[in-house]
Amino acid sequence: MASEVKKQLGDNIFLTTLDAAASWARANSLWPMPFATACCGIELMSTAASRHDLSRFGSEVMRFSPRQCDLMIVAGRVAMKMLPVLQRIWMQMPEPKWCISMGACACSGGVFDTYAVVQGIDRFMPVDIYIPGCPPRPEQLIKAIVDLQEKIKSGGTINAREFALRDTAEGPTRFDEDELIRIRERNGLKLDSPKYDPVH
Amino acid sequence: MPLELLDAPGLQENQKEGLWTLNFGPQHPATHTTLRLVLQLDGETVVDAEPDIGFLHSGFEKLGESLDFNQYVTIVDRMNYISPLANEIAWHHSVEALMGIELTPRCKYIRTIFAELMRIHDHLLCTGTCVLDLGGATAFMYAFNEREYIYEICERASGQRFHTSYTRVGGLLYDVTDDWIAMVRKFCKNFPKAYRDFAGLVMKNRIFIERTKGVGVLSKEDAIAGGATGPVARASGVTRDLRIDEPYLAYDDLDFDICCARGGDCYSRFQVRMMEMEQSLKIIEQAIENLPSGPIYNEAYGKTGVPDKTEVYRSIEGLIHHFENIMPNRQMNVPVESFYASTESPNGELGYYIVSDGNFKAYRARTRPPSLLHFALFKRMIRNCMLSDVVAVLGSINIIAAELDR
Amino acid sequence: MILEAPQAGSDLQELLLKTFPGIAQSWSSFQGQQRVIVPASQVLEFLMGCRDTAAFDQLIDLTCVDLLEMPGAVDRFEVVYFLLSVDVGSRLIIKTYLNEPDLTLPSATKVWFGADWLEREVYDMFGIIFEGHPNFKRLLLPEEFVSFPLRKDYPQQGRGERHNFPVITRSQS
Repeated sequence: MASEVKKQLGDNIFLTTLDAAASWARANSLWPMPFATACCGIELMSTAASRHDLSRFGSEVMRFSPRQCDLMIVAGRVAMKMLPVLQRIWMQMPEPKWCISMGACACSGGVFDTYAVVQGIDRFMPVDIYIPGCPPRPEQLIKAIVDLQEKIKSGGTINAREFALRDTAEGPTRFDEDELIRIRERNGLKLDSPKYDPVH
Repeated sequence: MPLELLDAPGLQENQKEGLWTLNFGPQHPATHTTLRLVLQLDGETVVDAEPDIGFLHSGFEKLGESLDFNQYVTIVDRMNYISPLANEIAWHHSVEALMGIELTPRCKYIRTIFAELMRIHDHLLCTGTCVLDLGGATAFMYAFNEREYIYEICERASGQRFHTSYTRVGGLLYDVTDDWIAMVRKFCKNFPKAYRDFAGLVMKNRIFIERTKGVGVLSKEDAIAGGATGPVARASGVTRDLRIDEPYLAYDDLDFDICCARGGDCYSRFQVRMMEMEQSLKIIEQAIENLPSGPIYNEAYGKTGVPDKTEVYRSIEGLIHHFENIMPNRQMNVPVESFYASTESPNGELGYYIVSDGNFKAYRARTRPPSLLHFALFKRMIRNCMLSDVVAVLGSINIIAAELDR
Repeated sequence: MILEAPQAGSDLQELLLKTFPGIAQSWSSFQGQQRVIVPASQVLEFLMGCRDTAAFDQLIDLTCVDLLEMPGAVDRFEVVYFLLSVDVGSRLIIKTYLNEPDLTLPSATKVWFGADWLEREVYDMFGIIFEGHPNFKRLLLPEEFVSFPLRKDYPQQGRGERHNFPVITRSQS
């Protein structure tokens, strides 16, 4: 009976208390990797400072080495020269890992609809929580961390198998319609497959 | 991103043996944003450093060509994001100088108070993070706590902690209220104690002095020929401060000193910044006591400036005034000329070169970035320093990547 | 070698006229700011003269303007130098004009070494080539970028370069 229920529901319900225990431990000790590029980075530093203390929520240390962190907070706009660096650092982080995209520029390009700013990192990287704002207040960042803790506690597994299910790109398509038009209009520009491949 | 061995020009062939390359990459533990240094090391000594920038290049100058003078202030805020109002004041100073607009005394005094508050804000962050990078986390916490009061003051005036977009052509967004004045007075009363706490932790601290004295020396000739301005130049002996040499806003009426030092090393730059904070406090105290009353916008120019929103929604004159400002063919007249005007921002001489073609939008808005010229001098400062001094020097020249890359 | 301390306005003009008599007709002033137009072939000489005779020891900025959409413009690119004399405080703006296909100028790094990165940035954004520069390559944009973005014929949103990167899904990483 229990196995029939489990076959119908599949992997959607996590029935083990081990999962719950592991998720509880992970959620309450998220160590952030601050990928702070611009102004949101200063709000991130303010959130870690004494008035809005982020270490109350488990983020005791901000390690700058990706090998030691489990939460990447992309705070600030990502220029096209920086995106390969961001992807490489994401690949260097060990599982389980989550990503928060902080600020309007990381979520969607923000005020900078220009030739050099990536219009949202979710086009190229998986993101778990988005924080709007320019820059978002420290209280918003704290709420986002609390939301992420809820997300982890309600769906986390001990061997991180929920991440293997997310095998499609979750953000918008790489190129927008008007961008494709501009690319076609310019004669002679052939868009090859990118030479930089962070996965292999 | 491939790691290339960037050849340092001028290095002899036979000296290249025994040197190894270290990439101080765009993501690094020092809290100084996205810049990359390729260091050539001989053991622990840095023989050469080749900077690689552009990791935050966002096309600010291209945006300046499509947004009008009142809209671009939101973008200009995001350049030197450590002291946002200082950029806005510099931008509108250039626009008003181009258009030949005079400000009212109240507007000048309020902008002066904000410029000095932003100077304290910037110097607190610069010194705080410099000390944090050298290992002193307590001083960083003290500095950031003080900055929270300044955020509250900005929020009371304009509604936003950061990126206030508070100035407009010929005036300000909102006038300040009495409780704002009370907050600034309270800040003036509480800041000296916090300053003493912070300075007491750091200035005579033997570890700090040993890590910064004699490190990253910039001579006066190099500073001048390299285009350095502001605290970096003043710490090398250049006695030039735009607030006194080319006074703007209300600096003519106020009494303060220029802070200079002779050493040219990291400790001198730190000392200049600490002294400037004291002078800024003096300026704020004088300005807030003598704050003139009156309008924010100069009535001599007629329908310029953003009208009060209650008037816009309740009277026909207010609505007309609003339209006169917003409709593209009805805004203020701008001469078809180009003009360069600069202010003494906390980082140095921040100037805007605006070329106009008669519209209320810049044809070309060029920012003169102090951080770019300072970072170009980094190579000269780091000769024969050790690897751990790289962080101290980077911190002391206050490079802000958004101003560097624009 | 300083002949005499320059003052703003007409004294400065007289001082520079002694060394460069040809500039008299291209001197202008707007709201107190002095500007002079110098032909591209004489720019380096003029800059050296400014530094040596008129004591302009600091180059404040070096930039370029693309006059493609400016009504009434004759040339396409205007390269602008901003000079400052630190002791006296006088300023001068020097403009020079360039047209395609000959977009080259001698590098000002011989006069003030602070011009180094400013010239690289002008090349990066506009495509003006400075001859004699010690390390001439792009400064802010990636090496592979082919266009010059601040020219007026380049669209603000770019031509797809900003999104030409591989996509990573969660299961791959």
